[in-house]
This record gives sequence, structure tokens and C-alpha cells, in this order.
Amino acid sequence: MRELKILTDTFQSLGGDPEVFQNRHIAHMAASGHRLVSQREIPGVTIDAQETGDGITNTLIIEKGKHIELPIHLCLGITEKTGIQRIQTRLVIEEGASASFLAHCLFPFVESGEHRMDATLEIKEGAHVRYNESHYQGTCGGMVVVPKAMVSVGPGAQYFSDFSLVKGRVGQLHIDYVVQVATSAVAELTSKVFGRGNDIIHIKEKMILAGEYARGLIKTRVALEHNAQGEMTGIMEAHAKGARGHVDCREIIKDCAIGRAIPIVQVTHPEAKVTHEAAIGTVDKKELETLMAHGLDPQQATELIVSGMLQ
Amino acid sequence: MPLIDIQHLAFDINGKRILQDLTLTIEGQEIHALLGSNGSGKSTLAYVLMGCTGFAPTSGQMTFKGMDLGPLPMFERARLGMTLAWQEPARFEGVTVFQYVRLGKADIDPAPYLNRVGLSPDMYGNRFVDKSLSGGERKRIELAAVLAMKPLFAILDEPTAGIDMLSVQEMMNVIRSFKEEGASVLLITHQETIALMADQASQLCGGRIIASGNPKDMAEQYKQGSCVRCDGKTCLPSPIAK
Repeated sequence: MRELKILTDTFQSLGGDPEVFQNRHIAHMAASGHRLVSQREIPGVTIDAQETGDGITNTLIIEKGKHIELPIHLCLGITEKTGIQRIQTRLVIEEGASASFLAHCLFPFVESGEHRMDATLEIKEGAHVRYNESHYQGTCGGMVVVPKAMVSVGPGAQYFSDFSLVKGRVGQLHIDYVVQVATSAVAELTSKVFGRGNDIIHIKEKMILAGEYARGLIKTRVALEHNAQGEMTGIMEAHAKGARGHVDCREIIKDCAIGRAIPIVQVTHPEAKVTHEAAIGTVDKKELETLMAHGLDPQQATELIVSGMLQ
Repeated sequence: MPLIDIQHLAFDINGKRILQDLTLTIEGQEIHALLGSNGSGKSTLAYVLMGCTGFAPTSGQMTFKGMDLGPLPMFERARLGMTLAWQEPARFEGVTVFQYVRLGKADIDPAPYLNRVGLSPDMYGNRFVDKSLSGGERKRIELAAVLAMKPLFAILDEPTAGIDMLSVQEMMNVIRSFKEEGASVLLITHQETIALMADQASQLCGGRIIASGNPKDMAEQYKQGSCVRCDGKTCLPSPIAK
């Protein structure tokens, strides 16, 4: 199938192993535009996916107590020069289950396109989820990507999310995530984006530490060059005894780029605590000079600092 | 010809003279200790010598192997064989210890250099040089990276600060090894016991070299605190100074 080949070739060119789509021990779902091009369930993982007029709707469930050893691959993309893809997805990680996801959102040739994701993640009590999402949106800057997610992390559960868009152009990116964290649960959201040209990046991540001893981290790393613009809003609320949260935003700005960081912290319990740190600006002088004292010229040093930050 | 020759160096910042009429020479394969209390100008001299941004000399001359350092940017000085290990090493997100040690020479095996500073390559090699490492660990890594560069001249700014007492001797051995491998070291310290390992020593006070000589005499003079309260104008060299 042509679309699957384009997606797997792109995945491979970005360092992925296309064999994952052939491996019968690896669950996956792949969709190009509104076409479901490949899907595999494995014991403990059920996938119910349907094509809609302009996208895919799916429910993926990890059964209670199941530990899924190999990462589940979700490959979504548009393989033409134009297109729209709307994904409505519901992921349920049942009690005590664990799984990791590798989501690849690939739009290698798009000149004008749109990808919208409305996701709900239900991570039940004691479950453990690692969700790594990497995007490649081509070199034209014509993509508009709007991922929205509502995540509930149940008591004692753990959720680690890592969003990465560091190669090629962004176009427009509007992330809007809300994570509700229950008693003794842990949630970490990490986003790394490199904006170039006239890219526009808006990242809004909200974490609500609702349960006692809930822990949360919102970490954003953004590099902006040329005329790119970025606005990162990290909202951390703590409402229960022993809840601890931290918002950590770092942006490196070059050329005529504009960066803005808005950390919002709210605490409504006297035994909860939230901290934040934000740094926006050019490359740190001391880091730069340390590398130059080892013989790197300013450009090499800057590239290393930026690529390290987005690692 | 000395490896480093500094003549009548002055450096001002915001109209205030930080280094004044500073003259210092360092020969090849020499460990030269620079003693001085807080604020005496030791680190400033390191930054001026290395060519850090905002640290161009106001007047005076600096040469390296007879070459005028004035017009050379920092990375070119490094490529000639000079380097600087900061008192408080920088942190680098996403850069591994192995990557860091290879900065100056990409083709070397970093493991032996980490072993030399007392860090296990297996335990540290793939860690990031970020805030997950203590200040002492980062200092050791910095020293390993400087060793791996095989420099001709290394400025080590307080290399034993933040290092646990049991490991100070180990670090001093590492500093000696620079000399054994043909390099010279400007060893910046405020600890007279560290200065004793040097071949030569100078005492900096109020931005001036007030005395140079053998490390034992310099350490003794420094220990007596003859210049601790000096304001840079009233201080006089000790009678034991050359």
C-alpha cells in the first residue's frame, strides 16, 4: 500500500525501524489522512479504529494488569501535498497495566495541511504509561497541527509524556493539554520544539494536582530562529496535602524570533507546593564560552547547546 | 621565549580598574600558582587571558609562544593550545559526559580521561552534564575534558574547590600530569597548600602581581595575610618577595 510505504520510509529516514510494522509482537495502528492503512492487536491490547470522513476515530485499551513489553506504535500522517486529518482517540490503560507508546506524526510532503487530534487518556489506578510523540512536518511550513488532550492519571499511576518536533519546519503548532493527577500519582509533560522561518508555536499545558502527594512536572524546551514566534503557557495547580509541582521553561531565541513564557501557578492547600523557572533569551554566555574554550567556534557551540537542549 | 608573556596588562570594567600594570611570565612545562584572596582579580586575569567576551585588555600586551593574543577570539586561542577550566563549570542539558570530554578532540577515547579524574566511564559516560551532577563531579569532568584536549597551556581556576578532601590529592596528581605531558598550568587558587605543588607562584592583590617567587615563600606570605585587607593602592610587597 502506497501510503504505508511513504509513512514507513519517512519513519525510517528519521531513524525509526520500519520492521516494527511487520513484527507480530508489536501492536500498531497506522493512518494516512482518513484511511486506516495498517493495524495489529496483540494479547492485552485491543484497538477499535474506524475511518471517518476526514480522519480516524479509535479506542485503544490495555487490559487490566497487563504489562506490554514492546512499545505500541501509532503512525499518523498525510502523504499528499494537501490534506486534513482529524483523529479522535481514546486510550485506556486499565488498573495496574503498563505500556509505552511511540507515536509518529508524519507529514513529509505537505504544503498545506491540517492535523487535529482530540485525545482522552484514562490511566487507571497503579498503571504506568510512557507516551513519546515525535512529529515531522516537512520543510514547507504549511502544516497546522492542533493536538488537544485530556489526561486523567489515577491513584498511584504514572504518566510520562514527551513531545518532540525538532526536525524540519513546524508551520503552526497549537498544543493544549490538561492533565489531572490523583493521589500519589506522578505526571511529567516534556515538550521540545524547534521553530524556524515564520513558524508559530503555542504550547499550553495545564496540570492539576488534585490528590494528596500527587507530583507533576511541566518541562518545555523551545528553540526559535529567523522570524519564528513561540508562546509557552505552563499552568500548575496544587490542591491537596503534599502535592508538589514544578514548571520549567527554557527558550533560546536567535535572529528576529520572539519567545514568551507564561508560567501560572496556583496552590490552594497549605501543605502543597509549586515552583517555576523560566529562561528566555540568547544562548547562555557561560555555556557558549566554555565550549569555545574547548575550540568550538560560536556557531558550532550554539548548535551543540541547542541540540542538547532539544535532545 | 616564555610560553605566556604578559606585560603591563590593565583591565577596566565600568571605569573601575580591576587589573593594573600586571606583568607575568610562564615558561613551558611550568606549573605557576596564582594566589590571591577573593576579589583580587585572579579569575578576571583568567578571562582576559582566555579572551572571554567583555574582557578585552584596556592596555598592555599578552603573547602565547610569541604570538600576540590581542586579535585572537577565544576559540582560536583554544585551537592554538590554550584552555580554561572555570571555577564553576557550566551545565549542558542533553550533552553526555563522553561527548563533553571529546569536545576538543573528537577522535579520542574518553574513558581513560574519566578514569584519571576518578570517575567510572561506565557510571558517568552516558550521563548528561547537567544539574543532575554535583559541582564536584562537573569539576572532575571539566578537568577530564581539558586533559583530553592535550593543551599547551591550561588555566585552572580553583580546580580543587568543591572537591572532597579525600580526593584533593588525586586532583593534584592530575594537575601534575599536565606538566608531565608537556603542558604549562596557571593554577589559580586561594589555598596556599595547593600552591605548594607549583614550580613558581605569584601573589595577586588589588589587581597587581605584588610578588613572585618560589611557592613556599609565596604561600608563607599569603598565609600571613599581609595583603588580605589591601585596597589595591596601599598594599606593599612583603620583604620576602622577589
